[in-house]
Amino acid sequence: MINSIWAWFTDPANWVGEDGIPHRLLQHLEYTAMAVLLAAVIAIPLGLWVGHTGRARWLVSFANSVRAVPTLGLLFAVSLWLGPKIRGDLAFTIPSVLVLAVLAIPPLLAGTYAGIEAVPPAARDAARGVGMTSGQVLRQVEIPNGLPLLMSGMRSAVLQVVATATVAAIIGLGGLGRYLIDGIALGDYPQTAGGAILVAVLAVVLDGVFALTQRRVVSPGLTGRRVGGRGKDSRSVSVEAEKPLTDAAPAPVARG
Amino acid sequence: MTWLADNWETVLTLTWRSLYLAGIPLVIGFVVSIPLGWAASRWSWSYPAILTTTGLLYTIPSLALFVIMPVLLGTKILDPVNVVVALTIYTVALLARTVADGLIAVPDDIAQAATAMGYKGVRRLFGVELPLAVPVIAAGLRVAAVSNVSIVSIASLIGVSQLGDLLIDGFNRVIWGELLTGIVACVLLALAFDAVIVLGTRVLTPWLRVQGARA
Repeated sequence: MINSIWAWFTDPANWVGEDGIPHRLLQHLEYTAMAVLLAAVIAIPLGLWVGHTGRARWLVSFANSVRAVPTLGLLFAVSLWLGPKIRGDLAFTIPSVLVLAVLAIPPLLAGTYAGIEAVPPAARDAARGVGMTSGQVLRQVEIPNGLPLLMSGMRSAVLQVVATATVAAIIGLGGLGRYLIDGIALGDYPQTAGGAILVAVLAVVLDGVFALTQRRVVSPGLTGRRVGGRGKDSRSVSVEAEKPLTDAAPAPVARG
Repeated sequence: MTWLADNWETVLTLTWRSLYLAGIPLVIGFVVSIPLGWAASRWSWSYPAILTTTGLLYTIPSLALFVIMPVLLGTKILDPVNVVVALTIYTVALLARTVADGLIAVPDDIAQAATAMGYKGVRRLFGVELPLAVPVIAAGLRVAAVSNVSIVSIASLIGVSQLGDLLIDGFNRVIWGELLTGIVACVLLALAFDAVIVLGTRVLTPWLRVQGARA
């Protein structure tokens, strides 16, 4: 079985053209980027507003309750409803990307809100006390402090979208999911398993990239990481840097 | 509604199958994650090792994990065992972290008081520390339950029948009644799991209610 999967990977025919691995991988990344960006444009400002003003907290619990809706059902319903209204290939792409964006909103919204909410009140009061305006408090105190949780929300959102984009191949979306869905339909197990391995590797690599970004963008003041460490006790410093990041690691999120 | 009236028996059978395909992994995963979470909370060096490994497994998309299972387990692709094992892996990934964090959050003076009263090792874990960690663990369990119910419907794509069948069939034959029934049944099942866990937490943590009444 493993030999036939290996044969699928090494077959040069699987590396060129519309149905080649590079093209499918690129498509998968494109859909993921589109959906996450769309969701971020909506969810991050909304989360900042809810966290900053403390108003409309029900928005966060509402978005969380949407997670109980099965992703497969949401994909089917939206595609049946919107598909016939759109012409050409976009009839497959637009409904899928919309659903992917909808699924990315709850983790992003929850992460952003929780990040701002968790800022110590003393830090907020001190910022006001030194004369910062409401906007300055948000930009200079709340956002930098909330960044670890915001980034965790971003990671969950990306994973959710990569996973659901795979499933969306069933309603005609391109990307790596094609290998799985077409492979199952044709009873071609090497192709199915090959696609599955690609999707798994993509998810793990993307999560790793975001974990590194998270480490880079979060202020050293929060992680205990020293800027330009002097090497002498770099070992203990890196252990310290590890700890707060694990604490801020993604809150468990339901996904499909 | 007419579709549901004509097919309620099928819906019940499929709901039952979804119930145990999502429920069995929840129970097994819970049992497995207690020693794992306990180990992670007990020895600080094992915390990152255990949680990075389970976190990595959680990263793998469900459809991919379902179809890789036969290679790892030597099962047939249509075998429901693939789904049960995959969901167990997700459940462990979610719960190992909550069990560890819940146990770590038990205040030191309580653990010491328990030791002073003669509670040791396993007895201290099950008699004192785990009960105190119940609210945290229950929160993780709720997330895992909702997640399992949603993921289980995807198993229809690999031919393991449960409520997801209604979604696929309703879509393929454009029967809105069937598709919507499937969605609503999945949501209700998730809510049912949630309600059972919330109720169980209430029963297991009577002290929280007493505090609430006094406050």
